[in-house]
Amino acid sequence: MRVKIFISLKHGVLDPQGKAIERSLHTLGYNEVQDVRAGKYLEFDVDAPSRAAAELRVREMCDKLLANTVIEDYRFEIGNES
Amino acid sequence: MRWGVITFPGSCDDQDVFDSLKLELGQKVKLLWHKDDLAGNYDCIVLPGGFSYGDYLRCGAMARFSPIMQGVVKFAKSGGLVLGICNGFQVLCESGLLPGALVRNAGLQFVCQPVHLRVEETDTPFTGGIKKGQLLKIPVKHGEGCYYADPETREGLHKNRQILIRYVDAKGRPVAAANPNGSLENIAGICNESRNVFGLMPHPEDACSKILGSEDGAKIFLSIAAACSGRAKSHG
Repeated sequence: MRVKIFISLKHGVLDPQGKAIERSLHTLGYNEVQDVRAGKYLEFDVDAPSRAAAELRVREMCDKLLANTVIEDYRFEIGNES
Repeated sequence: MRWGVITFPGSCDDQDVFDSLKLELGQKVKLLWHKDDLAGNYDCIVLPGGFSYGDYLRCGAMARFSPIMQGVVKFAKSGGLVLGICNGFQVLCESGLLPGALVRNAGLQFVCQPVHLRVEETDTPFTGGIKKGQLLKIPVKHGEGCYYADPETREGLHKNRQILIRYVDAKGRPVAAANPNGSLENIAGICNESRNVFGLMPHPEDACSKILGSEDGAKIFLSIAAACSGRAKSHG
């Protein structure tokens, strides 16, 4: 199964990178853009007996290493293709 | 007393801490490799600055899983003194020994400059030899030193008086202009609830000799040394 993980800074945590990107977009004339948040994207294959089992393991990986839940939120998708 | 300074892959201030402790302050100090177990009797373990594991994923996120860190956590839980400087501070936050986290500087730029710090609490082994409110001039050099904690954690920091140093201007005021990285409440360094683990972004090891422009960093190391000799006496 293919896992795709999206990690972003929690709302309330300063995101200077997102702010800088937003300013650049405005400079280019994309004034409709607001509230840019920069994040991380990870994907990998995982071998698990079921989707539920994979979810349990991936959640553990996120909590232990892939995200710092003091400052970051994460969500993930598990697909069939590898 | 005996100091141990850990070298992680990507640490770059381990030798500076070692030299300042040994050559400037005449301390007994040993460099420890991150893959070794924490064996031997140490009074204070220093996690130095640098870019452990290339700062991959998040600063300090990988170093936390280095083999020696298990020993460091045990050492800290049993009351041993642990000092985390810059990347070391990030590792301590990632490993849960200190609350909160350090994120990208508000200005996005890497800051490398001397700063003024105000000592806020002195009833700790790290600041015991310094007067409350005293100003220290010590350099910072980091890209991700913006301290963040959620409101609940912040309340705990205040209640237990865990904020040990703040960024201030030359007059000792914690104003926004004196904050090099956007840290909450100008926080430069905090300790844990039991007051035996201290993390700070500024580099005391770079302020231990006149030739470097300041000897104020030595005040932190000498506070620790004095606390440890006091501890030894009370135990002996």
